[in-house]
Amino acid sequence: MALVEISDVHKSFGALEVLKGVSLDIEKGEIVTIIGKSGSGKSTLLRCINALETINQGEIRFEGQPVSTTMPNLRTMRQKVGIVFQAFNLFAHMTIERNITLAPVLTGKVAKSEARPLALDVLERVGLADKIDAYPEQLSGGQQQRAAIARCLAMAPHLMLFDEVTSALDPELVGEVLRVMEEMARQGMTMVLVTHEMNFARNVATKLIFMHQGRVWEQGNPGELFDNPQTPELKSFIGAAA
Amino acid sequence: MPDLNFRPIWRYQDQLVEGVLTTLLLTAVATIAGLVIGIAGAVLIRSGPKPVRWLLRIYIEIIRNTPVLVQIFIIYFVLPSFGLKMTPIQAACVALSIYFGAYAIEIIRSGLDSIPKSQIEAGMCLGITRMQVLRHVILPPALRNIYPSVTSQFVLLLLGTSIASQVSADELFHVAGFIDSRTYRSFEVYTLICLIYFGLVISFKLAFAALGRLAFRWPVRR
Ligand SMILES: Nc1ncnc2c1ncn2[C@@H]1O[C@H](COP(=O)(O)OP(=O)(O)OP(=O)(O)O)[C@@H](O)[C@H]1O
Ligand SMILES: [Mg+2]
Repeated sequence: MALVEISDVHKSFGALEVLKGVSLDIEKGEIVTIIGKSGSGKSTLLRCINALETINQGEIRFEGQPVSTTMPNLRTMRQKVGIVFQAFNLFAHMTIERNITLAPVLTGKVAKSEARPLALDVLERVGLADKIDAYPEQLSGGQQQRAAIARCLAMAPHLMLFDEVTSALDPELVGEVLRVMEEMARQGMTMVLVTHEMNFARNVATKLIFMHQGRVWEQGNPGELFDNPQTPELKSFIGAAA
Repeated sequence: MPDLNFRPIWRYQDQLVEGVLTTLLLTAVATIAGLVIGIAGAVLIRSGPKPVRWLLRIYIEIIRNTPVLVQIFIIYFVLPSFGLKMTPIQAACVALSIYFGAYAIEIIRSGLDSIPKSQIEAGMCLGITRMQVLRHVILPPALRNIYPSVTSQFVLLLLGTSIASQVSADELFHVAGFIDSRTYRSFEVYTLICLIYFGLVISFKLAFAALGRLAFRWPVRR
């Protein structure tokens, strides 16, 4: 059984069908990158995986359980699926420590007394231990994004979703975030990322998905797809990105 | 300018203190009741059933577009003919709560609306409950955003309690009229009353400012 099984998922916003029958399996330990033009449904697909969107047809299973906004263990599922957004979405009124420990404490994952050590531990993994008492607004974009990743790590997720997490960053800050993600990949985290970082997609990912007009247009080994695209759409997309 | 003589007024010290206390009581009751109405109303008007949202809309529009004086008269003079009789203070409390509540709904709603959907989603994605998201993610920044409006609305309410004098509730302004009618020292009486209101408002404003600095310490982007 794959960690995530997506079968024939359709999703519409009003009359606009954004996902037109997406099927995709994500195995434990895989690093899946999703690329594609703006509006091809990449974010929507990601958001369906942790039930931020209701799907109209088809099925998504996480660890064997059908995922939906009305599923019985919605919160348990979300505790196991971390998601990082382009805009960081840290809570500005909480210190980095509190951002990280809020959910673990509220869900009873750790005792209050264990919260700070946990925050320190995950912050060390993203190289931000010295910022534990800072507020998000006191950090650079790259630091905020690493803190957002640390917030997910504190829940010990089984799956991490990343939606263009470096797109809002100044170019010189992109590297520090990508390095953290590479390190997570090395340690065996299952990851799905929507990204414009073609080097990451080629060198770190184990699987590449090219989405086009709400469908998985091509998928496979990143190197092969980049070197030998089968469809004119992927060919021109790679050409435009290069 | 007449000769100033505050001495005759001092004999009414006790009444003045009573008046201040009643003013504060009216303000406190209306603030608490109004905030309860405001929070419940704001949540309902955002996500309640349609008929409830409609009723709330009508309530808000009526209260905000008619004089408080008329509202208080209706409650004190008209409701008794429907069998609802109240003392002046009770009537003033009810009227001012209803009045403050209408404004509080709008203010609190704007506070909840000021929190981006992405923040709420980020909270939900952590696998915590809706109530926990409301309490920990939405409310603190929402309160900070509306804090200036809430405090200035509170000041308007405090000053507005003087309207209760019109149904003979013994608040500060009513006491002033009483003392004036006994001493004929209008100038001194109303100067003093003015200073008392002023002192009350300034004290509250200073207290709220200090409280705000204490409660809202996180840096914000400008
Ligand atoms: N909440 C929504 N309501 C209506 N339409 C939406 C909504 N969310 C997305 N869409 C539409 O769905 C389509 C796909 O959006 P999506 O965000 O999934 O694209 P994307 O591939 O992530 O694009 P980008 O690279 O620009 O982020 C777009 O046409 C978008 O306008
Ligand atoms: Mg997107």
